[in-house]
Amino acid sequence: MSPEGSGNSNAHGVAVYVENCAKTFADGTHGLGPVMLDVARGETVVLLGPSGCGKTTLLRIIAGLETPDAGGRVLFNKIDVTRVPIERRNVGMVFQSYALFPNMNVAENIGYGLKIRSVNGAERGRRVAELVALTGIEGLEHRRVDQLSGGQRQRVALARAVAVRPSVLLLDEPLTALDAALRERLRGELDRLLRTLGITTVYVTHDQSEAMALGDRIVVMRKGAIAQIGTPREIYFAPASRFVAEFVGAANIVEATYTGESLLLPGGKLAAADAPNAIPNGRVFVMIRPESIRVVSPDGAGLCGQVETVSFVGDRQRAAIGGIAGKPIMVDVPNSIALKLGDRVGLAVDPSAVRLLPGDRV
Amino acid sequence: MRDRVIFAAQLLFTMLVAAFLIVPAALSMLAGITLNYFRGIQSGLTLQWVVQVWELYSDTIFRSLVIALATLGVTLVVGIPAAYALHLRSDRFSRAIEEIITLPLAIPGLALALALLLTYGGFSDFRRSWLFILAGHAVFTLPFMVRSVLAVFGAIDVKTLDEGAASLGASPWRRFRDVIVPNAAPGILAGSLMVVTLSLGEFNLTWMLHTPLTKTLPVGLADSYASMRLEVASAYTLVFFVMIIPLLVAMQIFAGYRRGPTVLPR
Repeated sequence: MSPEGSGNSNAHGVAVYVENCAKTFADGTHGLGPVMLDVARGETVVLLGPSGCGKTTLLRIIAGLETPDAGGRVLFNKIDVTRVPIERRNVGMVFQSYALFPNMNVAENIGYGLKIRSVNGAERGRRVAELVALTGIEGLEHRRVDQLSGGQRQRVALARAVAVRPSVLLLDEPLTALDAALRERLRGELDRLLRTLGITTVYVTHDQSEAMALGDRIVVMRKGAIAQIGTPREIYFAPASRFVAEFVGAANIVEATYTGESLLLPGGKLAAADAPNAIPNGRVFVMIRPESIRVVSPDGAGLCGQVETVSFVGDRQRAAIGGIAGKPIMVDVPNSIALKLGDRVGLAVDPSAVRLLPGDRV
Repeated sequence: MRDRVIFAAQLLFTMLVAAFLIVPAALSMLAGITLNYFRGIQSGLTLQWVVQVWELYSDTIFRSLVIALATLGVTLVVGIPAAYALHLRSDRFSRAIEEIITLPLAIPGLALALALLLTYGGFSDFRRSWLFILAGHAVFTLPFMVRSVLAVFGAIDVKTLDEGAASLGASPWRRFRDVIVPNAAPGILAGSLMVVTLSLGEFNLTWMLHTPLTKTLPVGLADSYASMRLEVASAYTLVFFVMIIPLLVAMQIFAGYRRGPTVLPR
């Protein structure tokens, strides 16, 4: 996606540009390396990474809750806002704990930003009603915040954040405090809402399925640095490093010898279509997703091994095949194929699904 | 059976201890409405001593009320923003400040009063006015207000609430007014009751700081014990009780609603 976000007719908000932003905290902890990030107008970018990777710090720098170290700049539509405090950046923010005001009811919470902006009572009431309908919390307007369930609080926090028609919507792990089933449902609602609003959004999470579902692009972060930026498909199918491959989805990462056209493993040979020129022959790391491997007859198969474990996971089975690489290879097997422990099986892998990991050579 | 015996013994012990503390107070107040204490209750009951206290010492009662309310005003204006700032910073520096604010509790009231006298005794207008006592009371009660409010701030994640309000465009003052103060109300109320009660009853410091024209209720009480009939002093105690008990009860009722411990041991 181009930084201008052209082609998105429903785009609202500002383009965000983060330039050389680093953060060293008062106690000397280095929270964030110098990072660069551009978010197009109307785009949803997800910052994904394990805890302590700097994703929340980056979000807080964009929000104006943290000031980057000297040399860092934050631009909204090419205007430098680095020194502008959060209350004058016109952002909408959803906090992990929601930060709803216990002294106000639901409607007052949603309308607070409008009240600050001196929107008159009638207009405010109309806008609050609109958001209540949009987020599906009709009937709760006069409830106190502590009388709401987790999911309802989440919706109120979201409604409050978008009520002010912010330039950029910032969400800090908004679904983390909820249980798994509710999280999945709200993820769907959130996706629909973000598409409807078309507003520039930066979303922080440590949950890769959330990132995949919501992000136009995903920024994978690790130890204060950006490990990879790409669309969910790029991140999933073409991870830039072993870290990204392992963090996003299930992955087999095995050592092999690269000969130029094929990969040699203890259990046989793999054809590799994806062979970037930059990778010289020799020992390399190879990534194959479990779902891109098929179990075939061992006769004439490129890779052969035996079944070490099989676990039924509902819609399919996950088998571990030993004797092929240094560690068992995880394979997704349809339920129609019966596997027994110790069975000798062949594995077939589409060459396009074999990924050599650059920068992770032995 | 054995449990009931133990329970009965414990109850008896508790009642005895309570009686040990309550009986003298009750007797003292009873003395205040007895015609002649040495002849006992059969001499008859009267309100003449209460009337006499009112005639002699009503100015000390009003002064105590004025000082207590003024102390409350000062601790509210200084204490709430101070607690807010201390909570938002919460680093080594702010903890040091918190300790310094709490220091007057560890120092005997007499020493505190002496320090105030040494430092400000030369400003004779200030020295002679009730404002001098107010200064002492404010220093002494401030930690109770700050700690009370800090305890509530600790319980409600005020930092995130503040950031939430800021993200919606509220200036620091709007945030303080619309979000911080309303949500700290339980701590502020608890702190206020404590400050008023402590100020009304404060003696050590006040005794050192007062002049004959700036006597407070407890100082007047000491004065009446020293120079009046026992019945008058006792009637004075009665007046003091009538003033202070409702405050203490309010504090106790209120303690039930509070989140987290906010009461400092005295």
